[in-house]
Amino acid sequence: MALDWRLPVQYVREVGNTATSFYTNTMHEMAVTQSILNIAVEHAERCGATRVTALNLVIGQLSSIVDDSVQFYWEIVSKDSLCEGAALNFERIAAQMNCLDCQYTYALSRGLEACPQCGGFQVRVVAGDEFRLESIEVEEAGQPVS
Amino acid sequence: MTTVPVVQEIMSANDSLAAQTRQALDAAGVLGVNIMASPGAGKTSVILQTIAALKDSLHLGVVEGDTAAVTIDADKVISAGMPAVQINTGGQCHLDAVMLGKALPALPLDELDLLIVENVGNLICPASFTLGTHVNVVIASVPEGDDKPYKYPNIYRGIDALILNKIDLLPYIDFNQDYFRQGIEVLNPGVTFFAMSCTTGEGVQEWAEWLQDRTR
Repeated sequence: MALDWRLPVQYVREVGNTATSFYTNTMHEMAVTQSILNIAVEHAERCGATRVTALNLVIGQLSSIVDDSVQFYWEIVSKDSLCEGAALNFERIAAQMNCLDCQYTYALSRGLEACPQCGGFQVRVVAGDEFRLESIEVEEAGQPVS
Repeated sequence: MTTVPVVQEIMSANDSLAAQTRQALDAAGVLGVNIMASPGAGKTSVILQTIAALKDSLHLGVVEGDTAAVTIDADKVISAGMPAVQINTGGQCHLDAVMLGKALPALPLDELDLLIVENVGNLICPASFTLGTHVNVVIASVPEGDDKPYKYPNIYRGIDALILNKIDLLPYIDFNQDYFRQGIEVLNPGVTFFAMSCTTGEGVQEWAEWLQDRTR
């Protein structure tokens, strides 16, 4: 049965731009850096910190994040915040794959690789997807509120 | 100096908004589909073919993401008889959950069965931002070359279907389908694969049926 589905043209609307989004800039590392700042500031305020001196990030090899790029944007986005001048410590997690055919677990040395044991392409990622803020180092912290 | 444990996913703000979008889609009974591809792979052509194949059985809506303030793609969807909303990302290289969340109220969700989101043409950035869609699809095209899954692995990960578009060009281009498909398989064991040509219409029906099976 054919449905009568005439289109009211007023549905065409432009939405955005993103000036009111919490991601306010263009490349994705910038948006990601803004997210890191938001999370760090939220936790620092929650425990009454006066300054954040370091952020400990855990980033898997498979996350498409370039440390230098985040570092570059960090100095821009953290300016005039509790995190201004805070160091970014990157803990990189190597990618580990598990072969679904022979159960062999292997590390990725360069790019995508089939299972080195059986040559199988049916593999899943067991490590390397991490992308989180593990902890922050703060000055004059009170008790963290959970 | 005190260490304060945080242990929070960096994309959590985006992910929680994406979860809200998913809830809104579920409540309205709409299947959300996120279409990602490089510029020129044929995203809009595939969407128009999908509309042509399904317009008699489903109500479709389309969200068009573009980095420039143009409505070229949305206009084509409107001409095909379906509601469309244009998101101008203001130069941003991808759609995120905030932008899609803002676009949804402009569509008659309760009347729709299927919502297709055309992401910004880009093989890198859209991979980092979940939208809350149920089905994630990458469209690759023959002229891009068979090595793209190896060079841009993140966009191909976690997808539900892969469309290889422009297969009518295979006789003219050195494209090793086995090599290409192995790259996709490593990233997504068992992924659904559609070989398609929007010029000849080959593969469109199979894709449309697969999509229709996923709507409620």
